[in-house]
Amino acid sequence: MSNTQRLANLPEAEALLASLVKTMLPHVGPDTALVGIHTGGVWLAERLHAALGLKLPLGSIDVSFHRDDYSSKGLHPGARASSIPFPVDAAQIVLVDDVLFTGRTIRAAMNELYDYGRPGRIDLAVLIDRGGRELPIGARFCAYTLPEPLPKSQELVLTRGSEPTPSILSLTLKDRHDA
Amino acid sequence: MRNPQLNSQGKLQHLLTTEGLPRDIILAILDAAAPFAEVAEREVKKLPLLRGKSIFNLFFENSTRTRTTFEIAAKRLSADVINLNINTSSAAKGETLLDTIDNLSAMQADMFVVRHASSGAPYLIAGHLAATGREHIHVVNAGDGRHAHPTQGLLDMYTIRHYKRDFTALTVAIVGDVLHSRVARSQIHALATLGVAEIRVIAPRTLLPTDVERLGVHVFHNIDEGLQGVDVVMMLRLQNERMQGALLPSPQEYFKSYGLTPERLARAKPDAIVMHPGPMNRGVEIDSAVADGSHAVILPQVTFGIAVRMAVMSMLAGGS
Repeated sequence: MSNTQRLANLPEAEALLASLVKTMLPHVGPDTALVGIHTGGVWLAERLHAALGLKLPLGSIDVSFHRDDYSSKGLHPGARASSIPFPVDAAQIVLVDDVLFTGRTIRAAMNELYDYGRPGRIDLAVLIDRGGRELPIGARFCAYTLPEPLPKSQELVLTRGSEPTPSILSLTLKDRHDA
Repeated sequence: MRNPQLNSQGKLQHLLTTEGLPRDIILAILDAAAPFAEVAEREVKKLPLLRGKSIFNLFFENSTRTRTTFEIAAKRLSADVINLNINTSSAAKGETLLDTIDNLSAMQADMFVVRHASSGAPYLIAGHLAATGREHIHVVNAGDGRHAHPTQGLLDMYTIRHYKRDFTALTVAIVGDVLHSRVARSQIHALATLGVAEIRVIAPRTLLPTDVERLGVHVFHNIDEGLQGVDVVMMLRLQNERMQGALLPSPQEYFKSYGLTPERLARAKPDAIVMHPGPMNRGVEIDSAVADGSHAVILPQVTFGIAVRMAVMSMLAGGS
């Protein structure tokens, strides 16, 4: 089965989001803090934050300063400031990203979080697990796992809609530029 | 001739001057500095980017602020920082500049941050490194003679953008000892590249270079006229140590004619910002009421300077 055929069966991002909310709802409480990873993870975290009715303000992380390819690729252009608007010490944190792949971004995000304090617990929520892990990292909450890993030459990209439905999410399959 | 600051791919290889530095590189440095500024708010103010790199601070001329902020910036990037006190080093025993560089290169240096009283010293070092096949070592000019002080110029641009956002509508006045000031040259080149509407220099004739108009600035000898309607006032330090001959009657006379007082500042726009690269001579070029007043952004400049230097060093040292 070709990728195009397999991904033709891929659920819509909005359906995956609804399923993710359902999975997470029994496990979140008033002390749950969401932190989205730029850029797709932040969009997803914004939607989850609203749907789960969380009280703690939403955080966002840019992993550029903790990327492990700095010595080969240099400083990632377009880095943004991270924003963690709650005390990290002892916090119950759910990291949110759109697509889980090698796990390197998640590793970098956890390092970044530790710059702000010592979290009580970190979980990971993703819309889709595309396989291809290079680190011992897994998601506690995952809406969909591809039946077999996507080739490295391809990537799944989360995009956001335009007016009048700017927050509507969708997934597209693209060729990777840096593969 | 290729810009000696850029490598064959157009990437920043050394930071020597803001003159001829492409606009997209200046903007990339300013963009990169913003998230580095946020790092100062964290409990752990340290990033792993320059782990394992050795940065040598070579200060052949005195400096407190610049050397300290370069050191803090490098340490926040996890680099190993070696400060060379040149007065007590081999240079005092007669070693040449390039011999010093060769010896430090043999100690696996990755970057030299150089301040030197002679204009062009960092260029000499960069050229020597290229001629001897050591392109992996980067040079940052931390001030050379009267020529350039690019990280100061860039942190000033960062400060202006922080408070004013858009450069293109701004009128900027640079006030004081332009003749001896490498800071002023770096500011003028960066402001011109970023497209500010008007650059003014305000100084007595004796403290202006003869060809200053060729830099595209409007010259004012009267500070009250020069400050009319400006958005940004960039003060310069009166450089007593570089004065030769009778350029000025006395510091008191200078303050009477060119010191920035609240009355004079009132001629600028109501939301004007006042900058100074430090160290300030209170009562000579600037009145304490202005230096400590609500328009002054002099201490934020120092803080932003760390972020801008982190951005420059991490842009230079990354990638293979």
